[in-house]
Amino acid sequence: MKKYTDTGKKDTRSGFGAGLLKAGQANPNVVALTADLKGSLKMDAFAAEFPERFFQCGIAEANMIGAAAGLAITGKIPFVGSFAEFVTGRVYDQIRQEVAYGNTNVKIASSHAGITLGEDGATHQTMEDIALMRALPGMVVLNPCDYNQTMQATIAAAQYEGPVYLRFGRPSVPNFTDPDQPFVIGKAIVMNEGKDVTLFATGHTVWEALQAAEALEADGISAEVIDIASIKPLDEQAIVASAKKTGAVVVAEEHNMAGGLGEAVAAVLAKAQPTPVEFVNGEDKFGQSGTPSALMAAYGLDAPHIAEAAKKAIARK
Amino acid sequence: MAKSIQELQTIATQVRRDILRMVCMAKSGHPGGSMSSTDILTDLYFNQMKHNPATWTRDGKGQDMFILSAGHMTPVYYSILARTGYFPVSELASFRQMGTRLQGHPSVRKSLPGIFQASGSLGQGLSAACGLAMGKKLDKDDNLVYCLCGDGESEEGQIWEAGMFAVFHKLDNLIAMTDWNGKQIDGPVEEVSGIGDLAAKWEAWGWKVIVAEAHDFEAIEKAFELAKAGKGSGKPTMILFKSEMGHGVDFMAGTHKWHGSVPKPEQLEDALKQLGETPLGDF
Repeated sequence: MKKYTDTGKKDTRSGFGAGLLKAGQANPNVVALTADLKGSLKMDAFAAEFPERFFQCGIAEANMIGAAAGLAITGKIPFVGSFAEFVTGRVYDQIRQEVAYGNTNVKIASSHAGITLGEDGATHQTMEDIALMRALPGMVVLNPCDYNQTMQATIAAAQYEGPVYLRFGRPSVPNFTDPDQPFVIGKAIVMNEGKDVTLFATGHTVWEALQAAEALEADGISAEVIDIASIKPLDEQAIVASAKKTGAVVVAEEHNMAGGLGEAVAAVLAKAQPTPVEFVNGEDKFGQSGTPSALMAAYGLDAPHIAEAAKKAIARK
Repeated sequence: MAKSIQELQTIATQVRRDILRMVCMAKSGHPGGSMSSTDILTDLYFNQMKHNPATWTRDGKGQDMFILSAGHMTPVYYSILARTGYFPVSELASFRQMGTRLQGHPSVRKSLPGIFQASGSLGQGLSAACGLAMGKKLDKDDNLVYCLCGDGESEEGQIWEAGMFAVFHKLDNLIAMTDWNGKQIDGPVEEVSGIGDLAAKWEAWGWKVIVAEAHDFEAIEKAFELAKAGKGSGKPTMILFKSEMGHGVDFMAGTHKWHGSVPKPEQLEDALKQLGETPLGDF
């Protein structure tokens, strides 16, 4: 089994900031907008290097989405940044009309997603955003797992023509993927090959799944770990192939059950490769204040819970 | 070449005929606001905007751009786009029919030339227009961006977000207009919500504000002239056009009841008789 090493904890939002700067350097059409969260979204470097291409919108997210759509119509590639809740739930209709139906080349940079936003509590912890964005026809939904991958996903989002929802987080987490691996929209990434069970994970749960696989190995269970950084389009072929091989599946995500990756994977398998599936997610609940790691454990999203779910899935074969 | 006042009046009459015939054929649509904004949009598209239907592209490069924020006013919008040459006038007969490019509200997904952005969910078009204006500034493109809002639509908070934003970013290449007809679907605006003194509000927001009569082409032309002079001032301009819902047909004028209702066949006949035929001809 391939061992992944944490090369030093970093927040995925800083990966976005680094990717945005690179995308801006590569293409003069890349512009950025924020609703009073430039620092939180790590957009400072871009704003400093390209002040004329950076637009502060104030605390007015609805207008920001529309303005970004307008910029996109004139040929710009706008990244709009705010907290996940405020660039999805708060502006769902604006995204639906101006970005998705309007088919504008807008990139929604969604930070502080999920329960690991932490201490601010449930008002700011969206566990529903993937569902909202997946529901929109044509919307690409990306949820990279660490700093390096988020940087590459940002660059890929800038190069892709069309609406993209790019989800990342607040806390410092292990950084373990290859910094030079280009991000391919629509492709699943096999992190570890295995034969007894497949662990599909996305975002912060990818590291947890890798830890779970190590624990399972100690128990004599061979787990395949697949990073689903591209939730839509979904790599159906990779999902079916792995489920066919292992015969048992776990889907882990820092998101609630309804409309999340779990349902997406289950739908693929129901159609093409019926397989026992166990779900590791926030179920049907709101979050609460706490440290990111305490919340991941309390809501059952960490490595021990993934390992436990793997054993349940295997038992159902 | 600029149209004379008389020519504009003829076009506006034909556009009102188009509006009524379109909604009657579709048995749905929004004639009231379309008829209150007919003269404004006739003057805008025939005498004000720098645009070329033959070379139109969605990015609007090198041309003026227009967003219909009050997206339900598609009857007037489509009639004017057709009559300025964006697509065949005969296509107006397909309005709201299955498979049409002339969707109930503007769509960019049907390859209909002239449409820069989808609209219809109210309050959003002014934000998109701000984005277009910023894009033009980044491109050092000197052309203007126009946007038409409704007064009822101005109850949406996002309109005022865009209002602050346009001033903060000094979008003096943006000319917004409000079709201030005082009516919305549930009744007179002041009875439904009470938007109050729009002129005072937009002035307080920091916009250059022009109030003009909406059914007097001389007044409309003067308002646009004043608005265009605002370029370079660092301020966006709002023209508040005092208009009448259903203008041009006696039984439709001045009431909210025709916001989204369609005349019966005998009412259509009466309305067309009142408007009179024009040399431009019906679609």
